[in-house]
Amino acid sequence: MKTVKLLFLTLFILMTVSLEASTIRVKNGQSIQSAVTLAAEGDTLIIEKGTFAENEITIRKPLTLIGESYPIIDGRAKGNVFLIASDNVHIRGLKIINTGMSNMDDSAGIKFFDSKNCTVEDNILEETFFGLHFSNSSNLTIKNNRLSSHAEREYQTGNGIHLWKCRDSFIEGNTVSGHRDGIYLEFVTNTVSTGNMIEANNRYGLHFMFSHDNSYIQNTFRKNGAGVAVMYTRNVLMKENIFEENKGASSYGILLKDITDSEVIGNIFRNNTIGIYMEGCSRSTFQKNSFTQNGWALKLMASCDQNTFEENNFIANTFDISTNGSVVLNTLQNNYWDKYEGYDLDKNRTGDVPYRPISLFSVIVEKIPSAVILWRSFLVTLLDRMEKVIPSITPENMIDNSPKMRPYDIRTANT
Amino acid sequence: MFKLLKYALYDIVKSRFALLYTLFMVLVAISIYQVSEDMSKVSLSLLNIMLMIVPLISAIFATTHFFNNLEFTELMLAQPVKRRDVFLSQILAVMFVLSLAIVIGFGVPMILWGADSSVLILLGIGIGLSVVFAGLAFLASVLTRDKAKAIGISLSFWIYFSLVYDGFVLYLIYSLADYPLEKPTLALVFLNPVDLGRIIMLMQLDISALMGYTGAFFQDFFGSAKGILLSSAVMFVWMILPVSAAMRVFKRKDF
Repeated sequence: MKTVKLLFLTLFILMTVSLEASTIRVKNGQSIQSAVTLAAEGDTLIIEKGTFAENEITIRKPLTLIGESYPIIDGRAKGNVFLIASDNVHIRGLKIINTGMSNMDDSAGIKFFDSKNCTVEDNILEETFFGLHFSNSSNLTIKNNRLSSHAEREYQTGNGIHLWKCRDSFIEGNTVSGHRDGIYLEFVTNTVSTGNMIEANNRYGLHFMFSHDNSYIQNTFRKNGAGVAVMYTRNVLMKENIFEENKGASSYGILLKDITDSEVIGNIFRNNTIGIYMEGCSRSTFQKNSFTQNGWALKLMASCDQNTFEENNFIANTFDISTNGSVVLNTLQNNYWDKYEGYDLDKNRTGDVPYRPISLFSVIVEKIPSAVILWRSFLVTLLDRMEKVIPSITPENMIDNSPKMRPYDIRTANT
Repeated sequence: MFKLLKYALYDIVKSRFALLYTLFMVLVAISIYQVSEDMSKVSLSLLNIMLMIVPLISAIFATTHFFNNLEFTELMLAQPVKRRDVFLSQILAVMFVLSLAIVIGFGVPMILWGADSSVLILLGIGIGLSVVFAGLAFLASVLTRDKAKAIGISLSFWIYFSLVYDGFVLYLIYSLADYPLEKPTLALVFLNPVDLGRIIMLMQLDISALMGYTGAFFQDFFGSAKGILLSSAVMFVWMILPVSAAMRVFKRKDF
C-alpha cells in the first residue's frame, strides 16, 4: 500500500514538473518556427540577438516570446511574419521588418485571430504593410510599440494598429508613423487608447467605425494626411488629446460623422485646416477644448442637433465657426472668443452682449470657396462689420449668449 | 537732373510732412509690436496699415505736392532743361520720401524687436504700393488744372483699388460660382496692385495653408519660383505704368 502511495506521489511530482513552463532559448541561426512547434503550452521562448529570416511563423498555443536586445525578424517581403491563433500569447522586444506588401492577405507584422488575453509590448516594427492586426479577439494589451513604414501612396501601405471585431482592450504608448491609418478600429468596443503618438500617416491618424463605448485619452495626432475621421459610433470619450498640423484641402483635426452621445473634453486643436468638422452628430458635449490657429475652428453642418459647446477657447482662428444652413439646433455657451468685442459692465467675467461666431465672409466662403481670395481685404472687413451690426445672412441662432471675457486655462499632460 | 532732384527733396523735407509721416509710421509699428509678440500676427496687423493707410497717404501727399510745387515747376519749364527731368525729379523725390518713411518707420521697430522674411516682404510691398499710388496721383494731377479735382481723382483711384474692385471681384465670383474659378481669380488679382500686395503677403504667412483647397492652390502658385517672378514682375509693371502715362501727358501739357 505504501509503495503504491509513493508511486502516485512520484508520478504526481513528475507530472507537475512537466507541466511547469520551461524556458527555451532560440539562438541566432536557429528557426523560430521549429522552436515554436517544439515548445509546450505556456513555455517561454527567449530569442537571442540576431537576424531571423522567417515569415508565416504560426503560433497555436499559449506562448511567451521575448526578444533579447531586439532580434530582427525579417519577413523578406513575403506575407505575414507572425500568425497567432491562441489565447495567452505574449510578445515582447522583437524587431519585425519587411512584411509582404499585399492587400490580398493583408500582410502584417503580427496578426492575431480569435485570441484572448494577449500582450504585444515593446516591439519595433519597420516597413510592415499592416503593423499589428487583430481580428475577433479580446482582452488585448498593445503597449509601447514603435511602428513605422514608408509609402508614397495610401494604397501602398496598411494600417498601423488594426483591430476588427475586438473588445476590452488597451492600447497605450505606441508610436505609429507612415502607415495608412495610425489606429484603425472597426466593431471594437470597450477599448481604451491612451498616450499614443500618431504622426505623419498617409490617411487618418485615428479611424474608427461602429466602435462604441471607447475612450481616447492623451493621444497626439499630428500631421496625418487627412487628420482623424470617426464615424457611426456612439458613446465615445475623447479627452485631453492633441490634434495638430493637419493641413490640406480635406484635412481635419477631427471629422465626426454620425457620432452620438459622446464627449469631447479638454482637447487641443492647433494649426489644422479644420479643427472639428461635424455632420449628423447628436447629443454630444464639447467642453474645455482649445481651438487655436485653425483655418476653421469648427464646421458645424446643419444636420447636427442637440450638441453643446461650452467653456471652449477660440483663439486666433481665421474663422471660428461656419455652417451650411440657417437652422441651428445646437447650443453654444460660456465659450471664450478672442474676436469678441463686447463689454462686461457688471464685472461677472461674462460679456453683456451676445457673440455671433459666424461672420458674413465665412458664409460666403462656405458657398464659394474661391472667394477666400478676398480674405483680409478692406471690403470684407467692411461687410463683416455691417453684418455684425445688422445680421441678415448669417444664421440668427448661432449665438453665444454668455461669452467669457477671459480665456480658460486649458492644457493637457502630453504637451 | 540731379540738382533738380536735390531741390525737390529739400522742398519736401522743409514741409515737415515727411517727418510727421515717418513719426506716425514709427508709432504705429511700435504699438503693434508691443501688443503682440507673435511675428506672423505682427505682419498681419502691419499689412492692414500697408494696404489702407499707405496708398491713401501716398495719393494725397503726391497730389498736394504736385500742386504746391506747380509754380516752381512752371519756372523750371521756362529754363533750358528737359521736361522729362523736371517731371522725374518731382516724382522721384516724392517716391523717395514716401519709401524712406516706410523703411525708417517700420525699420526702427524691426531693429528693436527683430524681424523675419515676411516682415521684409511687407516692407517691399509698402514701398511698391507707395510708388504705384504716387504715380497714380501724378497722373491725376497732370490730367487736371484744379487741385481739388486732382485730389478727388486720386482718392477715387484709392477707393477703386481698395474697395470697388474687390466688390466687383466678389460679384463676379458670386455670379460664376458654378465654374472652377481658381485661375480666373488669380488673373483678377494681377489687375489690382493692392490685391496683389495683399495676396503676396498672405501667401508668405503660414495661415494660407489653412484656407482649404483654394488657399492651397494660391500658395502653390505664389510659392513657386514662377509665381514669385510673375507676381513681382506684375508689381513692377504697376509701378512703372502710371508714372510713364503721367509723363506722357506732362510732356505735352500746356501750362
